[in-house]
Amino acid sequence: MEISLITAVVLVLAVVGFFLGRSRALATVGGRARDLHSLPGHYGCYVAVWCGVPALLLTLVWSFFQGSIVESFLVSGLPGAQGLGEAELGLLVNDIKNLAGGDIVSKEIDPEMQAAADLYSSLQTMAFSALAILSLALAIGGTALAWRHVSPRFAARERVEKVVRIFLIVSSTIAIFTTVGIVLSLLFEALRFFNLIPFTDFLFGLEWSPQTALRADQVGSTGAFGAVPLFAGTFLITLIAMVVAAPIGLMSAIYLSEYAPHKVRSTVKPLLEILAGIPTVVYGFFAALTVAPFIRDAGSGLGLDVSSESALAAGVVMGIMIIPFVSSLSDDVINAVPQSLRDGAYALGATQSETVKQVILPAALPGIVGSIMLAISRAIGETMIVVMAAGLAANLTANPLESVTTVTVQIVTLLVGDQEFDSAKTLAAFALGLVMFCITLSLNVIALHVVQKYREQYE
Amino acid sequence: MSDVAQVQRIDLSSPETSARLRRRHAAERRFRAYGVVAIALSIAFLLILFTTIVSNAYTALVQTHIRLTVDFDAERIDPHGTGDPEVILAGDFGGVVKSALRERFPDVKGRRDRRSLYAIVSPGAAFDLQKLAISNPELVGTSREIWLVASDDVDMLLKGFIPRDVPESDRRINDKQIGWVDALIAEGAVERKFNTRFFTAGDSREPELAGILGAVAGSFFTMAVTLILAFPLGVATAVYMQEFAPKNRWTDLVEVNINNLAAVPSIVFGILGLAVFLNVLHLPRSAPVVGGIVLALMTLPTIIIAGRAALGAVPPSIREAALGIGASRMQATFHHVLPLAMPGILSGTIIGMARALGETAPLLMIGMVAFIVDVPKGPFDPATVLPVQVFLWADSPERAFVERLSAAIVVLLVFLVLMNAAAIYLRKRFERRW
Repeated sequence: MEISLITAVVLVLAVVGFFLGRSRALATVGGRARDLHSLPGHYGCYVAVWCGVPALLLTLVWSFFQGSIVESFLVSGLPGAQGLGEAELGLLVNDIKNLAGGDIVSKEIDPEMQAAADLYSSLQTMAFSALAILSLALAIGGTALAWRHVSPRFAARERVEKVVRIFLIVSSTIAIFTTVGIVLSLLFEALRFFNLIPFTDFLFGLEWSPQTALRADQVGSTGAFGAVPLFAGTFLITLIAMVVAAPIGLMSAIYLSEYAPHKVRSTVKPLLEILAGIPTVVYGFFAALTVAPFIRDAGSGLGLDVSSESALAAGVVMGIMIIPFVSSLSDDVINAVPQSLRDGAYALGATQSETVKQVILPAALPGIVGSIMLAISRAIGETMIVVMAAGLAANLTANPLESVTTVTVQIVTLLVGDQEFDSAKTLAAFALGLVMFCITLSLNVIALHVVQKYREQYE
Repeated sequence: MSDVAQVQRIDLSSPETSARLRRRHAAERRFRAYGVVAIALSIAFLLILFTTIVSNAYTALVQTHIRLTVDFDAERIDPHGTGDPEVILAGDFGGVVKSALRERFPDVKGRRDRRSLYAIVSPGAAFDLQKLAISNPELVGTSREIWLVASDDVDMLLKGFIPRDVPESDRRINDKQIGWVDALIAEGAVERKFNTRFFTAGDSREPELAGILGAVAGSFFTMAVTLILAFPLGVATAVYMQEFAPKNRWTDLVEVNINNLAAVPSIVFGILGLAVFLNVLHLPRSAPVVGGIVLALMTLPTIIIAGRAALGAVPPSIREAALGIGASRMQATFHHVLPLAMPGILSGTIIGMARALGETAPLLMIGMVAFIVDVPKGPFDPATVLPVQVFLWADSPERAFVERLSAAIVVLLVFLVLMNAAAIYLRKRFERRW
């Protein structure tokens, strides 16, 4: 709240700075803008940048560190805080903060704590006023400095453009930081997990029941972290999805690109793409409340014993979701096959379907394989459908009528709710995330490479 | 030598040839039929999906109400006749509702029967009376007929989702309750009214009191944060990569990264949010601001790719003309190229935002699945979003949540359709063919 107040004040100052710089630039040449090196607005921007950027950067950095610095001051001022463990200390600090904020406190308020809470409030106020004074001083000082620079020969445009350029470069590195962040956050916690559970046990173990013992002597609670059942379940559901999506998607793409008249194509293609735009939670609901009961009833009608969280229901619905991924990518690929190949086949007397089967599909095969690989990677990473429609129990089975669980389901169940970042149970989710990230990433890289290569072939 | 190419004559009218031709044509027709079947199947799936949802959803628009003669007993509400809202707030409105029910059915005796009787009216009815009494203090001490919200079980019974013919032990509503409800129906004291609460309330454990406003507000704040972060950063990246970046290993790395991020499963972004924004930076849990940041990172690649395509479609002559009359490269880009590319960038942004609006999995990781009754007032308040609300209700056992979550899905789909329509409109209306 206070931080946003300071930000707002600095922004207002920057706007004032803009007009100050602009009018000063005009004043130095007596209003004849053509005598200036840059446009008057550039001088204004120059002043505004000097006013705003340092002050806002300071506010940003400050707001990240204020909490921990105030806390360390508070702890060093607490009598008897040195003897406490980390968890107790955290609890105490939390209580003090709550007391200062007027919230509920976990234990009796003693005068010592009241004093600490008062100290905390005064430290907070002090930190805020220090920040306010510093950032306002920076803003005003920056404005004054820049304002003095303004003169007719001063190259304001170059300076301003340099700042804009730096902003552009910094924002283009965000993508790299995101990737690095993903890799580091997965790797860091996954390594902690592999310190507790050997890597080979995780990757090749056949039993998955992630729980940690509350007491050391508890029975059957050591937990098993063998991920093979999860991989098998993910594979089974992905396979079912692809059995649905690959033929339907591919045949739709062939029909739309080779047979359909323009009018049909221009209505059907967007309709298919709607399937890709529907939120996955809607598919999850559809799978859990419509498709799964339907399959169970149909199965019991045939005398089969179908689990109400069968892999089949989740897989089929996921397949429906993936149809447009296959069809639109394959469509692009088939359209990229040169017309001359078709004409050649027709000239030899081939029918349209013979042309498709014997000329176009072989020519487009690498691209189609690439599009199917992209669809597989999408299916592996898909979460909501399986969370809502697939089971939680890790069964190692190939029967699509039984309930299986997947990597994403386990990540969600392990990370939603309470987390303990010192137990193998929570850390296991990061190890699973790392495996899934690696698999989907390599599938994507290979698929993109294949598609790219294929496109170049005909360009 | 006699290996002169022998011309094989094919007798076009021979029975073998025509049989082969028939086979080939049949294969052709079959192949074409497969294509039609594939497309018909996909469209059938789409239709089934929509009809399932809409047919489940429309009943959520109405809610059963029961008319009772409510005695605003001054003894229970405001014994000293102060008229002070604080006093009325503490009044025993639960007792008021219960006594109204007892008065209507005086011959119900025994604790168990009384409890079933009280269960036909929603626990929210007391809060409605409380609100009514606070805004109209003159009601205290009078008695009048008021429509009270029925409980979800009565609502489901009247909407036909609880069949009357199953054994009593298999339904959530017992025979006596059905008898009372029928008696009320006979005297016209049961009516279905438009369910305004669904659009004006936050979440609740009671289906008849649950609404989507909290989730809609949460979605709004989340999307606002996403847009504020993703749009400028995405456009800046696209501009740099397309207009300024030198072709070297560094920019290749950025480009590969962007393409890969576009295909990273969304749940991985949730793990990133949990590990970095919650555990390292200690941002608030369950807050739209964190959800917005995570979704912004997820949406960035979409905006960048669309932005680069739109910038690349602006012909070089525009840039050259601007440079030729003395503009700097910055000026040429920001005054001429970027405005021309804006429709394409905007429609890409809207499509990215629509995807972010429907996203659920990453938000589960950063605690936006909490049960939150209050409507959030800002991006730092704990909140949930529409798709997560759907997920939460799908997890609840009450039958009445099915129609509510279907209605929430319809609301979500309406927003998505509007956004996509806006994107298509922008592209059709403003995009230029050079």
